[in-house]
Amino acid sequence: MRKNLNVIAAYSIMMGLIILVGIFQSWNIALSIFNMCLISAVMTMGANIQWGYAGLINFGIMGYTALGGLAAVLISVDPVQEAWRAGGFDILMCLWLIIVMVLAIRFILKNFEKSKLRTYGIAGIIVAGIVIIRITAEPGIEAIEAVNPAKTGFLGGFGLPIIFSWIVGAFFAAGLAFIVGKVALGLRADYLAIATLLISEIVIAIIKHEDWLTRGVKNVIGLKRPAPYEVDLQTTDWFINLVEKFNSGKLALISNLADRQAALNQLVIEGSSVFVKLCYSGLFLVVVIVLLILTQKALYSPWGRMMRAIRDNEEAANAMGKNVVKQHLLIFILGSAIVGIAGAMLVTQDGLFTPGSYRPMRYTFLIWVMVIVGGSGNNFGAILGGFAVWFLWIEAAPIALFLINLFTSGMADTHVLKIHLIESVPYFRYLMMGLGLLLIMRYRPKGILPEKIEIK
Amino acid sequence: MDILNSIILLLNYIFIPALSYGSQLALGAIFVTLIYGILRFANFATGDMMSFGTMVTILFTWYLQSLGFSLGVLPTALVAIPFAIMFMIAYMLFIDKFVFRYYRVNKSPPVQLAMVSIGVMFVTQAVVRIIIGPADQRFFDGQKFIIKAGEFKEMTGLNEGLAIKSTQVLTIFVTIVLVSLLFWFLNKTKTGKSMKAYSDNEDLALLSGIDPKRIVMITWIIAGILATIGGVLYGLDKSFKPFTYFNNMLPIFAAAIVGGIGNPFGAFLGGYVIAFSEIFLTYAYKKFFMYILPESMEPESLVQLLSTDYKFAVSFSILVIVLLYRPSGIFKGKVL
Repeated sequence: MRKNLNVIAAYSIMMGLIILVGIFQSWNIALSIFNMCLISAVMTMGANIQWGYAGLINFGIMGYTALGGLAAVLISVDPVQEAWRAGGFDILMCLWLIIVMVLAIRFILKNFEKSKLRTYGIAGIIVAGIVIIRITAEPGIEAIEAVNPAKTGFLGGFGLPIIFSWIVGAFFAAGLAFIVGKVALGLRADYLAIATLLISEIVIAIIKHEDWLTRGVKNVIGLKRPAPYEVDLQTTDWFINLVEKFNSGKLALISNLADRQAALNQLVIEGSSVFVKLCYSGLFLVVVIVLLILTQKALYSPWGRMMRAIRDNEEAANAMGKNVVKQHLLIFILGSAIVGIAGAMLVTQDGLFTPGSYRPMRYTFLIWVMVIVGGSGNNFGAILGGFAVWFLWIEAAPIALFLINLFTSGMADTHVLKIHLIESVPYFRYLMMGLGLLLIMRYRPKGILPEKIEIK
Repeated sequence: MDILNSIILLLNYIFIPALSYGSQLALGAIFVTLIYGILRFANFATGDMMSFGTMVTILFTWYLQSLGFSLGVLPTALVAIPFAIMFMIAYMLFIDKFVFRYYRVNKSPPVQLAMVSIGVMFVTQAVVRIIIGPADQRFFDGQKFIIKAGEFKEMTGLNEGLAIKSTQVLTIFVTIVLVSLLFWFLNKTKTGKSMKAYSDNEDLALLSGIDPKRIVMITWIIAGILATIGGVLYGLDKSFKPFTYFNNMLPIFAAAIVGGIGNPFGAFLGGYVIAFSEIFLTYAYKKFFMYILPESMEPESLVQLLSTDYKFAVSFSILVIVLLYRPSGIFKGKVL
């Protein structure tokens, strides 16, 4: 109990802060911060597995998040029959061609000695394949994008419950991580960082511009929800009764019947949105707890010890007969898969998929700030980092506004400097993030909750 | 005649834009490569440092303009640059003293320094946005074109026009001057040679009496000059927007790595490799083929290898290929 005191204290402070937001701002805001904190925590856990357990630097988090989001679209949206009829055949042909291409390259790689000729042959196959695929796909893509472009213009998905996409998103991300890992994992740490960052930009470029698959920058809106809709709740009897029961004390004070009814309606509307958010919180909490249990188990298993050994001294681990390359690839895939889950959760919560909103600042660097601030190598630290940094990211603007008003209280309201500062309040969050990161790295380089390995 | 037309077409749409864009990338890439070679970390704050330098230049330009100062056909920003450079160098040295020095003295691993540079990136980005805002700023004045497309057509009687913007010529000219000066400095002067030695082998350089503090300071000064001028040239040619500058960091990194990181000459060429391949692969060659092929063979489609949406993706793919086959870059060889 005592040795975990700092963990408990840190989490209590965090929850206290969120509850304070609930009391002073509104429970709606508090819950949406809480939900985003949970999603951030999942992303941070993914990054932490790669960085904290194995020392692999992955600046491609944005790409895996977007792939998770794509999975949510492809799983939950109903298939667009017309588009499938118009261009489905061409797309399937392309898929088949890609498989043939990959198999051909595999065949060459397996059966021929490494030589210049082989390299050129593979390059030739790839170039020819891309040209053939483009020619095959062109009419299909045009036909698909022409089908009711204002509403669909893409192939749609499978029409399954969106919850499944959390697993599928993990597989998508894992698939990408497999390719990236095969390509880039041999690189030195800072090269790996740059390479993953650029690969994630390529992924975003594809998602943004392949309209037949993702609708691109036209966005996909109105995704199905795993939680009830507010409008339905507001007309459901049991929910109205529940709200009435909760607020019976408050309602009893209002004597006028019409007034009481109006107040109840207001409460029901507020309550419904809080209820929906609570549903999400429940779902997300389950994911976070399951992942936490699994990652904790992994950390203290023989496998976790091996990963730390590889992280701390690659050569020694290699000499002990551990396959460093294979383990690096494995952990790269696992971490990315977790980020993929978070990406799907994010789109599920928002109910919309906006490829244009995936920016490295928000989805890669911010997550890294979370990992570093929270404490790399410690799962509780990673989750705390997700909570603390996201909380600050959201509440930075009100805090900055308060500080600006405090320091410029001597100035008139029309003073140019004061107006300028108040207008630029949203950007103070970057300042806070940067300063926070720099201070933590300087004075507490292991994070708020440092890695603690107990030897039993 | 058709051949001439097709050449002018390529010059106008591919060669000149790629040359000026490549020069802007090259300056940034040398900046990255110098920091990497001497201070030994990947500086993720590159784009934002460039935007900081440009912002200072813009502020000075506005001040000069408010005084009624003008250079006539040339942009006023040229006068503002030296002041901005001084400011920028002070900023760089300030950051180095309070942020990077601690890790350098402690001999932290490069990854940690890269992480710290992300912190610097956040702070710099915030400062730029707080001071000048996230919006687009145009600060170009003076004459926009040296040759306009219409005038060129009249002059030569060709179908295709050739438009040369003064900013493009300015970019190429300034880049050539700056880069020649830099290479002269690195290869001929004593300080430049000691920088090279320091980058090659730190311990040996220290043994032979090279003062590391001085080397680091000079590196930041050169970096400040390169960042400011590169950023201003880009801003004059296109426009200044903090977010675009942040994004430019990616092709700049690609250029530096493709050229062989730590090698300034490679970085210089890498900038052009990236710029030319981006524009070559995404240009629609339909009109070009219409000129050089007989009428019966004229293409129907746009003859575009990749859509322009994938401009950035092209440079990143080149980078990935280079990393796969030649992790030390195309122009390896001597370090710095």
